[in-house]
Amino acid sequence: MTKENTKVKVAFFDFASCEGCQLTIVDALQTHLSLLDVVEIVQFREAMTEKGEDYLIAFVEGSCNRKSDEERLFKIREQAALVVALGACAHTGGVNALKNIQPSLQETREYVYGDKADWYEVYPTRPISAVIDVDAFIPGCPIDRGEFVKVVKNVLLGKRPGIPDYPVCVECKLKENVCLLLEGKPCLGPISRAGCGAICPTYGDGCEGCRGIIPHPNENAMKDVLDEAGLTLNEIMARFTMYNAYQEDQIETAEKTI
Amino acid sequence: MSTVNVNVHHVTRVEGHGNIVLNAKNGNIEECRFDVVEAPRLFEGFVRGRPYTEINHITSRICGICSVGHSTTSAMATEKALGAELTEQGTLLRKLLFHGEILDSHVLHTYYLVAPDFFGAGSVIPLIAINRAVVERALRLKKLAGDLCAIIAGRHTHPVSLVVGGFTHTPKEQELREMRKRLVAGREDMDASVELFASLDWPQFERETEYISLTKDDEYAFVDGRIKTSDGFEYPVKEYKKVTNEYMVPNSTAKWTKHNRDEYMVGALARFNNNFDQLHPKAKEAAAALGMEPMVTNTFLNSGAQVVEMVHCLEDSIRIIDELLEKGIQQEDPVPVTTKDGEGWASCDVPRGILFHHYKYEDGLCTEANCIIPTNQNYGNLTADMRKLAPQIIDQPQEKIRLMLEMLVRAYDPCISCSTHLLDVKFV
Repeated sequence: MTKENTKVKVAFFDFASCEGCQLTIVDALQTHLSLLDVVEIVQFREAMTEKGEDYLIAFVEGSCNRKSDEERLFKIREQAALVVALGACAHTGGVNALKNIQPSLQETREYVYGDKADWYEVYPTRPISAVIDVDAFIPGCPIDRGEFVKVVKNVLLGKRPGIPDYPVCVECKLKENVCLLLEGKPCLGPISRAGCGAICPTYGDGCEGCRGIIPHPNENAMKDVLDEAGLTLNEIMARFTMYNAYQEDQIETAEKTI
Repeated sequence: MSTVNVNVHHVTRVEGHGNIVLNAKNGNIEECRFDVVEAPRLFEGFVRGRPYTEINHITSRICGICSVGHSTTSAMATEKALGAELTEQGTLLRKLLFHGEILDSHVLHTYYLVAPDFFGAGSVIPLIAINRAVVERALRLKKLAGDLCAIIAGRHTHPVSLVVGGFTHTPKEQELREMRKRLVAGREDMDASVELFASLDWPQFERETEYISLTKDDEYAFVDGRIKTSDGFEYPVKEYKKVTNEYMVPNSTAKWTKHNRDEYMVGALARFNNNFDQLHPKAKEAAAALGMEPMVTNTFLNSGAQVVEMVHCLEDSIRIIDELLEKGIQQEDPVPVTTKDGEGWASCDVPRGILFHHYKYEDGLCTEANCIIPTNQNYGNLTADMRKLAPQIIDQPQEKIRLMLEMLVRAYDPCISCSTHLLDVKFV
């Protein structure tokens, strides 16, 4: 058997998104070019012309915004042994789901496309797990480069992806950052999923919750922290819709067993 | 006589989803168009009601490749609306961050997306076997650009610390000194890049058009300026709608734009043609090596203009860092807004061309939004180019025609996800 045949075939797909997560993967190759020694990319439209349909793992970026995209998702699910939701749009619906909380989808369409609004098919944004079964998530807007490499390694070894289910605060404390809440700045760190290295608070901007809410957040402790900061739960939760406007109970937790 | 049917579903190595359609019988072109099939995302609709502090972080998500461009333009429009004037240091850091993005995006486009066509490869991956040194150089340059963005804004894709009023983070003096060293060392890779792209056999294709970009009196314009067209018009950014004149085309998928003619071109080539004199001397040397001097009317050389701008951005980044170090870098908080109500507009010349953001705010909440994206402004020109190129190559084998049309689309470096206006096509 040649070395080529031992490589795991993977494919990348994109739906409604900015394609920044795929770009992050291209960037991951800067430091991890050896990933290409263990996987063979058979489809990656943003970066390559070849289109292979024989793949074991499908990484799907983007949310589902129209009925006609469902068929493509069904086909991917049929072919792939593992479907990985890549980034916030696929995982939680991402910013695309902000249209779901506008007073009227029809009015929002007309605001952008005027009297031609009905030409263009669109329905409320759904994370891909609302359309097909998903085996793992890599959260974030965009995904974290290091976490992507870690998940690929874990998956190839048959392990769980290893996405944390503790809050961003844990990583922020390890970085010895001054708590932004103590400065009266809104931050979703106490209830948002870690794994990003607390990059936003580290660069002085409060967490925006792009990686979704942690399972069983400690709301009472959160309220205490907010009281100290002079903020209310409502003020914080308003910010939470930025990446989590899709109905939260439909978002599955990241740590599904593979 | 021959029948030619080229139908490229989802053109690869471009950002977003688009299709090429060409039908010809007996040498006559019956149908020749580029369709956009990207899902509608409705950004301008859904930012309404959101607080001004969120808007540039949300609109950053229009595009992963030019997120610094969107975030910067959006923050500038909001600052204009709500009365926040950046400090001198904040302005310099914005320009430096912007250079990082131009460099990052142009390296991605020229090396990863365009170069494979010249080596008969489907992507950059087979090039590793053909010429590993070239691929490693591309990876190095891209990392340099990304790291430049990261010391200022935390990361390139969706910058963290870039907010209304400036930055929530200031790079350390030591980080700037380290980055300066790496940029200086990067000159070697840049020289090699110029040599590589100058050696390529660029397709010969000429079609003169109106080139539109920003312009400034004192520098090669990327961030802010006046609107300039090669047909001799100038406008303040506030009057951007006089340039874009958006219109709908029957059987087409996108809002198109036109100004003095039926179409115009934006992007690196437009900037190069309009503002050549302000390029760094080393960038002008690169242009000479590529055989380019204004007016360049070969659309394929948009990628050549990107290589020239890569040199300019590397050199000007060194200059900006020197200026920051000389003045002494200060810890600064973002400048607060002075009102919660107002209307503002802004423009930057992002990697793919001139970009406009325009908002209204009431009580700090966004009530109106409009974003006009470079790629939209290029669709008319791309179609006109396709219709001129197709008859010139119609006698060639179908695969060659297909490749040439794909290369033409790629030359524009289209960013179809930047599609707040782009529409879903209905196939017949």
